[in-house]
Amino acid sequence: MSDEHRPVEDWATDYDIFDPDYVKEPGPVWDDLRQRCPIAHTKRWGGSFMATRYEDVQQLVRMTPELSSRSPTIVPPSPELREEMIAEVKAYGSENPPITADPPEHKPYKQLILPFFTPKATDSYRAFTEDLCNTLIDGLVDKGQCDAAAEYAQQIPPRVIARILGIDPARGAEFTEWTQGVLELGQTNPELRTKYRRIIRDFFAELVAHRRENPSDDVVSTLIAAEVEGEALSDHSIIGICNLLLVAGIDTTWSSIGAALWHFAGHPEDRRRMVREPDLFPTAIEELLRFYGPVMMGRRILEPVTIAGTELTPGEKLILNFPAANRDPEVFDRADEVVLDRERNRHVAFGIGIHRCAGSNLARMEMDVALRTWFERIPEFELSDPDAVTWAGGQVRGPRSIPVRY
Amino acid sequence: MRIRVDSEKCEGHNRCKALAAELFDLDDLGYASAVAEGVVPPGAEDQARLAVSNCPEFAIEIVED
Repeated sequence: MSDEHRPVEDWATDYDIFDPDYVKEPGPVWDDLRQRCPIAHTKRWGGSFMATRYEDVQQLVRMTPELSSRSPTIVPPSPELREEMIAEVKAYGSENPPITADPPEHKPYKQLILPFFTPKATDSYRAFTEDLCNTLIDGLVDKGQCDAAAEYAQQIPPRVIARILGIDPARGAEFTEWTQGVLELGQTNPELRTKYRRIIRDFFAELVAHRRENPSDDVVSTLIAAEVEGEALSDHSIIGICNLLLVAGIDTTWSSIGAALWHFAGHPEDRRRMVREPDLFPTAIEELLRFYGPVMMGRRILEPVTIAGTELTPGEKLILNFPAANRDPEVFDRADEVVLDRERNRHVAFGIGIHRCAGSNLARMEMDVALRTWFERIPEFELSDPDAVTWAGGQVRGPRSIPVRY
Repeated sequence: MRIRVDSEKCEGHNRCKALAAELFDLDDLGYASAVAEGVVPPGAEDQARLAVSNCPEFAIEIVED
């Protein structure tokens, strides 16, 4: 493991997505790679290629079956877990459909979950989210200082998704721990990843069994009653979908809310503008998603593909670096600046193509409510200790501690 | 001015609906289509252009007729 952490000498041939300086400020590396080596390569963390240009990312997402989503995590699991997962997929089908499914298996699963996340559906959780955010601020506003990541941003998504899944929002802290276990800390720690994957699947196995006996009108019951290609879903599939719905919206959305608050805490001009012009929030949120979009996705290269003059070799991973594509100066004017009122903004923060994030409307709603509520109650705030801000990186990048005073 | 949504390209990002609500309909899954056969009412041309230039899938185009 220590070898994976040796310093990077050339980012084009030896990048490290967990390098602490890169995690803190990846922009300069992305600019360098886009110009010098738009498809970079590394042997670290299982070996991967990384695409950083907007145009290339737009093409690559459409290349199936050469590029597979069967395991969209960038760092492969441990050999033991990998074998276990492959055996399960052989026996029962895709692990967490639709995110781990390729065409033609993908589409019916995507269509199964999309109705939960239309603008109308996600708006029905707006009042719950507003109450939640206000309750959180009630506990923070008189303190004069807090950790805007840990005490606010992090607290919101697990409770909202718990509410949608019909599970207890009061267990939000556990759901956060599980998500960090499989996605954040689990990326570089195979034991954690295996442990928390099991905890999550066991939790949902129990929940599915309970809902089979006691159906209601919640998401799990809907999945139990649903059919794909004329057949009821297996418990394996339902558990996998629930696992996806729980973890996919937690550290991602929390990273986006946190990055936005971090931005405003450090950019008083932008902060004052949002106080003056709250109607700008929808446009500003798109720009913050463009600039701080947290997620990169992986594909497994199954067949040789040539992109930007580079041949992608089967067996390795490909990183679709959506955040880097979002700062491509070929596509965005003033790409390296946050322009709150940017009008033309074709950003790809939620991915593109068939694997577009199913929860994008939910994430936007949560960001909108979280930021508006914060700004209404705490319009003046700043970083109290800029050096104490910490970031998590890898597949999902965002601030994990943001000390602010107000 | 008329607009057209390519249903093969639309992935349901809903950016068009957010920026130009009266020009687009969403189906039960969130995929977009143009209302009134894509005819843009006078005065809504800027909204139509905004929707076009914010679609991450390049799924909307303006058809001048």
